[in-house]
Amino acid sequence: MNKPVNQKAWFFVLPVLLLVAFNAIVPLMTVVNYSVQETFGNNEFFWSGVIWFEELMRNPRFHDSLGRQFTFTLTILAIEIPLGVIIALAMPRKGIWVSVCLVLMALPLLIPWNVVGAMWNIFALPEIGLLGKTLNTLGFDYNYTRQTGAAWFTLITMDVWHWTSLVVLLSYAGLVSIPDAYYQAARIDGASPWAIFRYIQLPKMKRVLTIAILLRFMDSFNIYTEPLVLTGGGPGNSTTLLSIDLAKKALGEFDLGPAAAMSLIYFLVILLTSWIFYTLMMRNEEQ
Amino acid sequence: MKRYAWLIPTIYIIFLMLPIYWLVTMSFKTTNEILGSFTLFPQRFTLDNYRTIFTDPTWYWGYINSIIYVSLNTVISVAAALPAAYAFSRYRFLGDKHLFFWLLTNRMAPAAVFALPFFQLYSAIELFDTHIAVALAHTLFNIPLAVWILEGFMSGVPRQLDETAYVDGYSFPAFFTKIFIPTIGAGIGVAAFFCFMFSWVELLLAKTLTAVYAKPIAATMTKTASTSGYELGLLAAAGTLTIIPGAIVIWFVRNYIAKGFALGRV
Repeated sequence: MNKPVNQKAWFFVLPVLLLVAFNAIVPLMTVVNYSVQETFGNNEFFWSGVIWFEELMRNPRFHDSLGRQFTFTLTILAIEIPLGVIIALAMPRKGIWVSVCLVLMALPLLIPWNVVGAMWNIFALPEIGLLGKTLNTLGFDYNYTRQTGAAWFTLITMDVWHWTSLVVLLSYAGLVSIPDAYYQAARIDGASPWAIFRYIQLPKMKRVLTIAILLRFMDSFNIYTEPLVLTGGGPGNSTTLLSIDLAKKALGEFDLGPAAAMSLIYFLVILLTSWIFYTLMMRNEEQ
Repeated sequence: MKRYAWLIPTIYIIFLMLPIYWLVTMSFKTTNEILGSFTLFPQRFTLDNYRTIFTDPTWYWGYINSIIYVSLNTVISVAAALPAAYAFSRYRFLGDKHLFFWLLTNRMAPAAVFALPFFQLYSAIELFDTHIAVALAHTLFNIPLAVWILEGFMSGVPRQLDETAYVDGYSFPAFFTKIFIPTIGAGIGVAAFFCFMFSWVELLLAKTLTAVYAKPIAATMTKTASTSGYELGLLAAAGTLTIIPGAIVIWFVRNYIAKGFALGRV
């Protein structure tokens, strides 16, 4: 489909452009401004060049939280994407149960993030929480406020609980858009369930899965409220993800310069990865 | 294998419901019971927690504030995204692809990065602690998403529809409001659902931009937790009540979610 060229279309985009530019460019410039200055209070700022960036690159604290962030994001992607696809494949296609499944599955997506964190905080407490108490009764020594492993286990379970449904909804939408004729043809050819999945369902889900991966990547990299309420970054610093570290610096310690430099690097990491995904996605579409 | 397929969604839904059950059951317990013993059901069933919330204005105003700014945000985001998505789906223009990606990048901006600059920006234009401030701030990540979703739906509508309408003598505004918008109703439903969802669940920016008059319910919860010790029963009741608006919205758009996604490219 060849779209006609029409420069007047810019007028349609204008409201969106103004709103987003107001919200994006002014704050982003503020951050850039801080990242190259030094302050000693009293609203006095001095030009400091790129020292904050250089310092950050050598800072082990930053390396650690960046490493934890990547570990977290890759782990939840590795669990949520296959799990979401499996659940979508097993879902009913017709009847009342479709609505029931969709409504119940979408529920975690609509709970405010701090409530999600608080809910899991209590749910996993070893003495009074259902999960913690059950695990301890079964003989596991589980206490997420003291053990690093248990804290990570709880954090990842919480995220899987919270977001797998998004992958399910998107994959399911991709699946129901496959016409019946495809399945009939496959049956005539005597295709195995695996072959149907590999050559019919997976290619049809490619686009929605790319969107799912992209959204989950961006959102898990930005995750802040849930881990903060769940573990507060502890025990020690073991679950201090990038955004928690950043907020500690900017709001807690009021180290504006370093925090701003960190924000920019943070943003660039997300931008670069998403751009690679996006380019790959667009290339696939053109083929 | 097909016969046991229903087991997978069933087990998944049970897993989803367990923490929610725990929250709801706690909201009917007294704080002493929650802290003192491990009980699967409330031993002394109480509605006191809910009574507190519905009679104390600092609590119920939190809900009203949240609903006001979330609704404002949904309306602004969808209204602004509609013409933009139409432009992206129907025309090519200078810099369209770059613009589209630039919009998406704002979906990626970490709220933690923008919290402090947002506070300064909205204080400077004297909108701090108003509903409109939070609604505008949330458009940062909701407009890109709405444009993305709506563009997918609009591209699924053949352009012959537009051309036939013009031949029939419709002007552009008449065509857009009378024919085009009803055609992509499902898409608008899905976009509005996602705008509602992401604005409702966001806390960091909403909390940063408000103090008293527009304070969201989620922020009320954190405040209460720190001033009067841990009133777990009360917090659980407040948490349970935050799930309800979401559940109502899902119920209304459930058919759009199933069919709507399939129609569009999302």
